[in-house]
Amino acid sequence: MKVLIPSALDSYTGQSQVEAVGATLADVLADLDRHYPGIRFRMIDEQEQIRRHIRIFFDGEQIRDLTLPLCASGELIIAQALSGG
Amino acid sequence: MTRNHSTAISNRLTLLVATRKGAWLFHGDAQRRAWRVDGPHFLGHIINHLVLDPRDGRTLLASAKTGHLGPTIFRSTDLGQSWQEATQPPAFAPAVNGMEARAVDHTFWLTPGPADEAEVWYAGTSPQGLFRSNDGGNTWAPFSCINDDAQYRKWMGSVQDGTPDGPKLHSIIVDPRDSKHLYFAMSGGGVHESLDGGASFAPLVKGMEVVASFDPAEIAFHDPHCVRLCPSNPDRLYQQNHCGIYRLDRPSDRWIRIGNAMPKAVGDIGFPMVVHPRDDNTAWVFPMDGTKVWPRTSPDGRPSVYGTADGGASWQRLDNGLPQSQAWWTVKRQAMTADRQDAVGLYFGTTSGELWASRDAGRQWECIARHLPEIYAVEAVELA
Repeated sequence: MKVLIPSALDSYTGQSQVEAVGATLADVLADLDRHYPGIRFRMIDEQEQIRRHIRIFFDGEQIRDLTLPLCASGELIIAQALSGG
Repeated sequence: MTRNHSTAISNRLTLLVATRKGAWLFHGDAQRRAWRVDGPHFLGHIINHLVLDPRDGRTLLASAKTGHLGPTIFRSTDLGQSWQEATQPPAFAPAVNGMEARAVDHTFWLTPGPADEAEVWYAGTSPQGLFRSNDGGNTWAPFSCINDDAQYRKWMGSVQDGTPDGPKLHSIIVDPRDSKHLYFAMSGGGVHESLDGGASFAPLVKGMEVVASFDPAEIAFHDPHCVRLCPSNPDRLYQQNHCGIYRLDRPSDRWIRIGNAMPKAVGDIGFPMVVHPRDDNTAWVFPMDGTKVWPRTSPDGRPSVYGTADGGASWQRLDNGLPQSQAWWTVKRQAMTADRQDAVGLYFGTTSGELWASRDAGRQWECIARHLPEIYAVEAVELA
């Protein structure tokens, strides 16, 4: 699926849009980390929580559950919350 | 001063400056009069500590996070020309024994291991955690039992019990004579010592005072701000605490409040503690206003280093060249240091982004950089 990467993380990906695969948000983030080592921990803490100032949207809806099933044709947007600036 | 990203190798002094918005290296000339600035590195990152590995004189470790992104460690083996991220930054283990799960907010403190453990580093985090790397800072693991020990978790308290930007484990010290002899301190949570390489730790707080009306027997109430071991006498430690300045001479386990000899109008509250590289009777502090609502500014708007040459029996004000009025900045616990030159240089960075230097142990000061972000840490190092 298409994943939009915030500018704060493009030092990992080198681009603002990448492709990743996975049946759930956790799977997609794991796939991202395989291709861009270290990127997941900057977004997800060691207790499997989305970090305080990171927001994730799938097809326009904010999601917080890493186990949520995702459709391969959808669009995942990772964003920096204004609160973290 | 010229702005340059080059990384020419020099055996001259370099100041490693970590700030709220990035890191800078200031390379000094042979006289410590001119400084070439290299930076910013990691612009926009919150850099709590930037440390050189004294074992090779070339490797740098930087603890970093941003307002949005989680904490990590960057490592450079070419003096900052390129950086590689740790493949496994410090991270707590999953929750055990029903205790609250914790996540590292930032790595606050980095300590290189001893000379005979070439790849070892220690890290202290916020919230309070102790970590160790055995591979030069590439992978990190929880160290010792303290991170998830029920008693230690009680002493650490909650986030609300710690310093304004999070409770911290800091002042990780390895006895240069014995790598199994370790100290660390927590804000809050006291000073602790291990004699068995970290297999166990025990509090070392006798003689330390706490805020009035609280019980000093409760370890959680102790708030050491910075602890330093004297390189010339590893049996002597100095401490700047939330409640005074102290000295400890081992094998005694009782801290002596040497800050009582400070001028009453200035007090003995502050963050940094700096020790002389070769004289265990000489140390320096940077007092702040710890009265009433705790402004945490220079007392009376008149910043000054105070130094002792007699182990804390007396203190001298050292403010020649510093602002004499209306200067309300202060100096954080990692932001003041000494070099190892024959005429010892002192350096500090301010909360207002100024970098100050003295080539004569504090007798005369000059500002060598202004307009940096808030300075969190300053280290004076000699590159290989």
